Amino acid sequence: MSRLQVVSGKGGTGKTTVAAALALALATEGKRALLVEVEGRQGIAQLFETEALPYEERKIAVASGGGEVYALAIDAERALLDYLQMFYKLGSAGRALKKLGAIDFATTIAPGLRDVLLTGKACEAVRRRDKKNAYVYDYVVMDAPPTGRITKFLNVNDEVAGLAKFGPIHNQAQAVMRVLKSPETAVHFVTLLEEMPVQETADGIAELRAAELPVGKVIVNMVRPQLVDEQALRTAAGEQRTEVARALSRAGLGGAGRGGVAERLVEPLLEQAAEHAQRVELEREQRAALAQLDLTTYELPLLGEGLDLAGLYRLAAELRAHLGAERAGGTA
Amino acid sequence: MSTSTGRPQAMAAAPALDIDPLLDDPATRIIVCCGSGGVGKTTTAAALGVRAAERGRRAVVLTIDPARRLAQSMGIDSLDNVPRRVKGIDEGAGGELHAMMLDMKRTFDEIVEAHADADRARAILDNPFYQSLSAGFAGTQEYMAMEKLGQLRARDEWDLIVVDTPPSRSALDFLDAPKRLGSFLDGKFIRVLMAPAKVGGRAGMKFLNVGMSMMTGTLSKLMGGQLLRDVQTFVAAMDTMFGGFRTRADATYRLLQAPGTAFLVVAAPERDALREAAYFVERLAAEDMPLAGLVLNRVHGSAAPQLSAERALAAAESLTAENGHGENLGEHGIVDQTDGNAGPRDATAATPQTPGSPPTPSTTQTPESPQALEHASAERAADSTDEDGADGVEQLTAGLLRLHAERMRVLAREQRTRDRFTALHPEVAVTEVAALPGDVHDLAGLRTIGERLADDQASPPDLAPSAPSPSV
Repeated sequence: MSRLQVVSGKGGTGKTTVAAALALALATEGKRALLVEVEGRQGIAQLFETEALPYEERKIAVASGGGEVYALAIDAERALLDYLQMFYKLGSAGRALKKLGAIDFATTIAPGLRDVLLTGKACEAVRRRDKKNAYVYDYVVMDAPPTGRITKFLNVNDEVAGLAKFGPIHNQAQAVMRVLKSPETAVHFVTLLEEMPVQETADGIAELRAAELPVGKVIVNMVRPQLVDEQALRTAAGEQRTEVARALSRAGLGGAGRGGVAERLVEPLLEQAAEHAQRVELEREQRAALAQLDLTTYELPLLGEGLDLAGLYRLAAELRAHLGAERAGGTA
Repeated sequence: MSTSTGRPQAMAAAPALDIDPLLDDPATRIIVCCGSGGVGKTTTAAALGVRAAERGRRAVVLTIDPARRLAQSMGIDSLDNVPRRVKGIDEGAGGELHAMMLDMKRTFDEIVEAHADADRARAILDNPFYQSLSAGFAGTQEYMAMEKLGQLRARDEWDLIVVDTPPSRSALDFLDAPKRLGSFLDGKFIRVLMAPAKVGGRAGMKFLNVGMSMMTGTLSKLMGGQLLRDVQTFVAAMDTMFGGFRTRADATYRLLQAPGTAFLVVAAPERDALREAAYFVERLAAEDMPLAGLVLNRVHGSAAPQLSAERALAAAESLTAENGHGENLGEHGIVDQTDGNAGPRDATAATPQTPGSPPTPSTTQTPESPQALEHASAERAADSTDEDGADGVEQLTAGLLRLHAERMRVLAREQRTRDRFTALHPEVAVTEVAALPGDVHDLAGLRTIGERLADDQASPPDLAPSAPSPSV
């Protein structure tokens, strides 16, 4: 299991939710996971129903078996000052840079530098050790930028290493890339069974592979249950309207005769079912497209009542089962 | 939670957003579609463009990152950074549609070429720092989208520009872009950066005060001498065009505030998307940007809202569970036929694994005794001789009812999230777009979306799609 788990996905696929559930799933049995947010949306705080996260690592959840999840919303400006402090001991010079607007420049005008800081901070957390030389976090899970940006985001240090051909920035950039390109890292893609997210996932994986970054798993989110037999549906829509009306009537939903309450339900119900069948068909196509990617794929169910904290734990349990099955399934 | 039926009067609080008057009004010159990722911004922008053109406007759509098939269907899949006329538009009303996909790097290059003389332009375009900044780094998209908007507007060839916005990390980066640029250009940092290069390196250093030289020393230590030199050359070369850059950024910002601009916030009826939408609404108000309303995509409806989820489920139960074969029947209904080669009969015949139900033929067929009937039919299904018979109907009907219950739950959830938004922002006009089962990737699909956008019924009683999937 890689120690840095990067979770990407197209907007709207629930990537923050999956990242949070993954952190919970990994933090079982006394393990400690750090959940990192890089896009400044405070999505993690909302998921865990806590107040906005400050720029510090704080415990936000306890997983089953006594594990702990810490969370950190990385603030690029603070990260830069930290970084300056850590590497160059620039107390007052750092503040002077800030006054001059250099920090603004670094974090907003040249937004790529922001990515340098965000990836740098995450890798620092991965490598951090305590006094006994043990890793402080067993896992770092990153709620990363969306599929369209993920390769550039992770690869930004390569670019920096190319720009600054030597010196401390060059060395730091290379150190980050070493972590990101190693088996210590896995980049997962969250998708839905819809055409655009699946297409973007395929494109994202191709880009990641071209950049020699480690591709992890495909996580299909919000999978709907199949509630009706399509074949039976087709027959029913044709010939069995009367029978369906009678069945509705038997179930206590009113009269089955022409204009009866049950009879008037038949058409809307069949229409909804036809839409459903169409969607199932589209989903089947998308599953086939995903299968071509030749990656381990996890499916997570759609939670009918929307997502709350209980739902998050449920998704974590599902992920844990997947992870467990995989561990048991083979040592390869 | 006593009744989760339909969508009654709750939306009455939100005024309806009339799309057609907005599109038809010659005073409307720019429509900006913004919203979080994955809510259908690009599709909405394209659908608005198609509808405006077919209603007589000379419209151009600026898309940022359209789905491949959508781009292909509009003929803009080649990235050449100029608007292309879209074929297949009904131009009977005198309108036409052009569309383009934004090429960030080329847009940036064009600005450089337009503002610097040839030598300087070459120096900038060849600078490694510039190449990274223009091609790769996130955030550039926002600046360039607004720059392109300014360009299109300045050409004055179209009477309506519809803009899609980039899926920014913070939703309104594109609004901040001009301001940030401005504050940067006014800042001291840029002067520090430029100083040595401007005065010609070492010889000029002595004219700098001590603080300045300490600063460049620090920067040099941080960035390495060579990177600092690249940045300095870049900044110095850009210096001449910064003035123009800034004027344009300011002009674009004012353009966005002008009365001819209309912002549409696009969202889906989900918690996160509507939370972002609320944030947009607040930011737009704070920036004096004219908000036209909220487009709520992918709203679900039902033509049978009178039947609640609870009743539907109870009815489904009564059709399946009572006969004691609940599990078996459940599996029967939910069967996932992944290998779609099985015909109806094979599919059903393959499933019955009912060791516990001996095929005792029964002849009770009286509708007055449903239990007996279900019993009988369940056994017949197990016998797999007549799965189209009464038992098949019972299961099918139960399945239909469960589907309906699911739909009603979705409706109730969407209603709750929307009510929350409306409570916060009752003044925001809303139009809803009924969910389509599949993706949209052709003009017919965009037309359908356009019709749904314009159908200003805030709570359409009949959402049953007449043409569910225009493209498949």
